[in-house]
Amino acid sequence: MENMVKLKIDGVEVQVEKGKTILDAARSMNIHIPTLCHHEDLCVAGNCRVCVVEQVGTRNLVASCATPAADGMEIRTNSLKVRNARKHIIELLLSEHNADCTKCYKNGNCELQALASELKNTEHMFLDLVERKTFTVDMYSPSIIKDDSRCIRCQRCVRTCEELQHVSALGVAHKGDRMKISTFFDRPMFEVVCTNCGQCVNRCPTGALIERNYIDEVWDAIYNEDKFVVVQTAPATRVALGEALDLPPGEIVTGKMVAALRRLGFNAVLDTDWSADLTIMEEGTELLTRLKKALVDKDPNVALPMTTSCSPGWIKFIEHTFPEMLPNVSTCKSPQQMFGAVAKTYYANKVGVDPAKMVVVSIMPCTAKKFEADRPEMRSSGYKDVDLVLTTRELGIMIRQAGLDFNSLPDEDYDSVLGQSSGAAVIFGATGGVMEAALRTAYEIVTGREVPFEGLNITPVRGMEGVREASMEIKDTLPEWKFLEGVELRTVVAHGLTNAKQVMQWVKEGKKSYHFIEIMACPGGCLGGGGQPIPTNAEIRAKRAEAIYREDAGKAIRKSHENPEIIAIYKEFLGEPLSHKSHELLHTHYVERNRY
Amino acid sequence: MANNKPLKKVDLIFSEAFLNRDELKEVLSRSADEVIQELLDSGLRGRGGAGFPTGLKWKFTRDQKDPEKYVVCNADEGEPGTFKDREILDRVGRKVFNGMALCAGTIGAKEGYMYLRGEYRFLLPKLYQILDEFHEDMKALGIDFHIDIKLGSGAYVCGEESALFESMEGDRGEPRNKPPYPTEYGFRGKPTVINNVETFVSALIISRIGAAEYQKLGTVDSRGSKLFSVSGDTPIPGIYELELGMTVEQFVNEFGDGDTKAVQVGGAAGFCVPRKKFNDTIIGFEGVPTGGSMMLFNSSRSMYNVLHNYLDFFKEESCGQCTPCRVGCQQLFLGIEAVKRGEKPASYLDTLLKLSQTMKITAKCGLGQSVGNSFHSIVNNFREEMIY
Repeated sequence: MENMVKLKIDGVEVQVEKGKTILDAARSMNIHIPTLCHHEDLCVAGNCRVCVVEQVGTRNLVASCATPAADGMEIRTNSLKVRNARKHIIELLLSEHNADCTKCYKNGNCELQALASELKNTEHMFLDLVERKTFTVDMYSPSIIKDDSRCIRCQRCVRTCEELQHVSALGVAHKGDRMKISTFFDRPMFEVVCTNCGQCVNRCPTGALIERNYIDEVWDAIYNEDKFVVVQTAPATRVALGEALDLPPGEIVTGKMVAALRRLGFNAVLDTDWSADLTIMEEGTELLTRLKKALVDKDPNVALPMTTSCSPGWIKFIEHTFPEMLPNVSTCKSPQQMFGAVAKTYYANKVGVDPAKMVVVSIMPCTAKKFEADRPEMRSSGYKDVDLVLTTRELGIMIRQAGLDFNSLPDEDYDSVLGQSSGAAVIFGATGGVMEAALRTAYEIVTGREVPFEGLNITPVRGMEGVREASMEIKDTLPEWKFLEGVELRTVVAHGLTNAKQVMQWVKEGKKSYHFIEIMACPGGCLGGGGQPIPTNAEIRAKRAEAIYREDAGKAIRKSHENPEIIAIYKEFLGEPLSHKSHELLHTHYVERNRY
Repeated sequence: MANNKPLKKVDLIFSEAFLNRDELKEVLSRSADEVIQELLDSGLRGRGGAGFPTGLKWKFTRDQKDPEKYVVCNADEGEPGTFKDREILDRVGRKVFNGMALCAGTIGAKEGYMYLRGEYRFLLPKLYQILDEFHEDMKALGIDFHIDIKLGSGAYVCGEESALFESMEGDRGEPRNKPPYPTEYGFRGKPTVINNVETFVSALIISRIGAAEYQKLGTVDSRGSKLFSVSGDTPIPGIYELELGMTVEQFVNEFGDGDTKAVQVGGAAGFCVPRKKFNDTIIGFEGVPTGGSMMLFNSSRSMYNVLHNYLDFFKEESCGQCTPCRVGCQQLFLGIEAVKRGEKPASYLDTLLKLSQTMKITAKCGLGQSVGNSFHSIVNNFREEMIY
């Protein structure tokens, strides 16, 4: 019991581990203390002061989120002193906050609003500071809108950007009444190192950081008689959309999501999982080709290790941070962009639609995908390959707007073609999933046998640890892959850009050597993406991951190269992976970006 | 408690004694236990204003097991109305470094830093010259202790010890959560003694003259003498070393211009004492504590303007991190303006008084916690001046 401390909260004794805070202790006994700047994923800030409690015998109140529980403490969470102070603090926050709730994108999903509605103050206690100041609203980014008038300066975004992502696009500028959350020289987010990952959006308690939404544009397209509107859904959306529609985390809602999209009026409901399978064919082949060039042809120009390229947050990060390592990034477009390029060529031809009249909408767990779709490289079909990108949250809003009772919708199947997928594609949504999917296919190409893991589950690359290394010896290869005989394939998986930076630093300094690196910008991979339902925390992400692997296990086809629609497109259209046509449509290049 | 005795002026801080190497050798020959005991016995409390017992601070830091410790001198003298540290550094800088060396020897630190207010940059050449001699002497004595000077950049909040560490580490000067306190988690996360400039000098003096001698000065709660920066409506502004324990009345008799209406003790973060309370208010930890700032106001001054000026200062100098301080300061500032202009009823002052009380008990650091001091004492004592 040496590691335990005993204290009393609201008259009840409680024991917690040493190092836990008063807030932890209170939560362990289901005592609710309101918080704002506190977030489970981030370091303690203790700056909003909403969580102050009374420590008997101390003159000042203490911030429960920042104060370690100690032996003999007597805490009151609901005394008059606490109530009055809390009321003042919330009133102060409201006085500085543009509380025009009905015009706020976060209306109904705002932590400050929730506190205010708990307080039930019908009159403002203090002067309105908002009308006395000028605020900027940064709308330049295709992904994220930053509205300073709604900011309560809790610095969750700053901590997210620094701790989880090592990007620090957002920081604190000025002091006192002018203190604000800002970027490098207050430039628009679009012009700085921001990767558009949206992790700040996921953690902003108010409407200060939100995704740029394209809901009305999508409705306009749907109701435009001239347009053929195709929708694709990313792997991670199907295990999280439910949360935006009052279901608990970890529910698989694939069938209902398809049904909902059809009822919203999309002309074809297709799947990014399909193009995830296509990505594996291209990226797996690219890896093997690079290995061959390095090992057989002894080509000194071949860049190894090769990193994945599905995560647009990661791409922008490496463009800013390690531009000298861009040759190491797979040239494969992300599944979203492969889908768009194929949809407006192969698919348009197949269904007999003029690609000029086709609108490709994607539903993504991601805010960076909005930026990615806008990149000038992403027009290889002759048109903008993906026209509009919605987050999982935006789809949730559309479903509500349409008045659909999501929970009572039937399970429906995707349309064909570009609708069928394997389990390997589904797991793209979880960290380690691309690695696992690539190994399932690449190993089989090289050896003619399935990967030697029970149920095809390559467990060493799964999990939530920030950096996970795994290696696999290649034995008994097919004759044409003889050069890989006995090679120990070294891989590493990293998620969250802080971890990604660490791995790339190791590679750059020659401290570690790998063949293949999977990187996802967001914690947990796409399932923890910046476009996923709010809130997020480790527990919620674990539930989504568990659902993803459940979905994989339940699929009839588990390997990308066995997807019949993939086999068909190579036969009918692309020829083979890395063919001329593939290069034209499915591969891309990257640009070096500034360092601020 | 009528006490009209003249003030006792003291000459310890600026005296020529304890300036040279031999003195240093003498001081450094004492054991850590002795030094700490002497400090505890002397009753010395921090001279920056907060008044934490110096002996305890040194003891707590010495008791930490971490082999890496630091001594930091807080020379970020930023409280409005105080200018005594500047004078110490200008006239007897060596004493400060000797005091830091005494502390380093006591707690077991090898590195010391002085965080110098940016506006005091002009002192740097002189201080570096003194430091060179100091380092030579340390070398000659065979003692491994080195002091470096870091410059502040003008933020008031960086005088708050944990914000000062953040600033020294190259980060934004924002106060940290406490606990842990600097004695456990200070500069670079290591056990650190951080004291005001004057405190180091007083500690040095105590270890030379002894606690018994030092105790003869002052009162039970406020031992010794300290420097006062006297400004405002006084014919003799300046820096004075005075025995602690005087009443405001005694002080005003000495420094006032015959028409003193109020004395602001302890700067913008301190308390305003009105004439009717001069006689029963002691300057010291039993009454109104001060880091040295003493501002006198005569009847020609508007106390509304005085408060308005302080709040203007605070709303700008709050680091902006915590809600009560950032927003609270703005509300107090705009609130008294609104009352003055008649946009809010006089009773709004009571709302603001309650707010200042909340700031006092909920703000993250001493800055926000002390805004209420001047607000309370000025609004309560000069309410009619706030309204009309």
